[in-house]
Amino acid sequence: MHDDHDHDHDHGSHLSDMELRVRALESILVEKGYVDPKALDVLIETYETKVGPHNGAKVVAKAWTDPHYKARLLKDATAAIAELGFMGRQGEHMVAVENTLLVHNLVVCTLCSCYPWPVLGLPPVWYKSAPYRSRAVIDPRSVLADFGVALPSDKEIRVWDSTAEIRYLVLPERPAGADDWGEAELAALVTRDSMIGTGLAKVPGEIS
Amino acid sequence: MNGAQDMGGMMGFGPVLAEQDEPVFHAPWERRAFALTLAMGAPGGWNIDQSRAARESLSPTEYLAKSYYEIWIAGLEKLMAERGLVGSDEIEAGKSLHAPKAVPRVLSAERVPAVLASGGPTQRIAVAPQLFQIGQHVRAHNVHPAGHTRLPRYVRGRVGTITHVHGAHVHPDSNAAGRGENPQWLYTVRFSARELWGEAADPTGTVSVDAWESYLEPR
Repeated sequence: MHDDHDHDHDHGSHLSDMELRVRALESILVEKGYVDPKALDVLIETYETKVGPHNGAKVVAKAWTDPHYKARLLKDATAAIAELGFMGRQGEHMVAVENTLLVHNLVVCTLCSCYPWPVLGLPPVWYKSAPYRSRAVIDPRSVLADFGVALPSDKEIRVWDSTAEIRYLVLPERPAGADDWGEAELAALVTRDSMIGTGLAKVPGEIS
Repeated sequence: MNGAQDMGGMMGFGPVLAEQDEPVFHAPWERRAFALTLAMGAPGGWNIDQSRAARESLSPTEYLAKSYYEIWIAGLEKLMAERGLVGSDEIEAGKSLHAPKAVPRVLSAERVPAVLASGGPTQRIAVAPQLFQIGQHVRAHNVHPAGHTRLPRYVRGRVGTITHVHGAHVHPDSNAAGRGENPQWLYTVRFSARELWGEAADPTGTVSVDAWESYLEPR
């Protein structure tokens, strides 16, 4: 799980060992009739272009502007998120946890890489990495420091280790100075990291 | 299994390095590795717990040396070899050497959106009464199963409080071992950071894990 994630070592014009291995594997699986290569293309396209943190940002912006929606989200996140059309694989059982003046939530999967795909897409490398998985539970403040986030020492930090098929979405605090903003504008303030808990939502001055 | 995947509380891995404008995949082969792993679930017929168990069965040395999608490919190769779908000789040769095995189904491009939208819910009808209630103190068993489990080492033997009840869910230890889903009540258990890590820990901090009933005992 080292961080040198790009194994596309450039041996002249040669392909990396993994590139060759996975290409060969794909051709074996297609030849045997186990895999439809067009299905692979659709899977990749889905997670590269369609599903991502912009989905979760819509959920958060709606919760910030609609108290009834927020209440539904905190009571039954799976159903509330499905209202916006986001559901399915790796988001079958959702729980939303709310950041407040007193409480900050941080989500991790120490055992593998569990992450709420329908609202956040596929996890970034750091989320799956040993530094994050090892330290988020024992020293979350130092992990937050790695992200440049310093919270008051009396703020309660709640870490959620995704050890089952429950997937967690952090509802970040709504930033000040955007009181009259609509849902679409607010969504632009919602970062991926703010929905994991390793960041805060942007403030209006941070976006143009 | 007390493998390298169970990382909570380990030290020495260095800072968390976030990447600016990170792409979803970092090399073309990662795209295919991701998609092949998802697509092979249909013909392979294994469950998510067996997939995780296959990845965790790498020796700690290998697990820590491999990148994320390298671990996925190693897990996929193992699952396929166990079922006689693709032999290790074929992986070695880089080409098909044996006739294909009959498989229950193949994922078509047309079916991908529906398959992703339905996902794999793990909640089941409860077959036993719920043993623990919200607010109750419970101790995580001090157990070290040789097979797959989702009870991280750092909570074993520790006392926490039930905060959520999620209904009955497929039991991963059983499902990974091919002993059936055997659904059990699933709870969120909140531990104080001091209970887990000692008096030097943040006094207000907590860590919650989701734990099946058989992982817990009344305190």
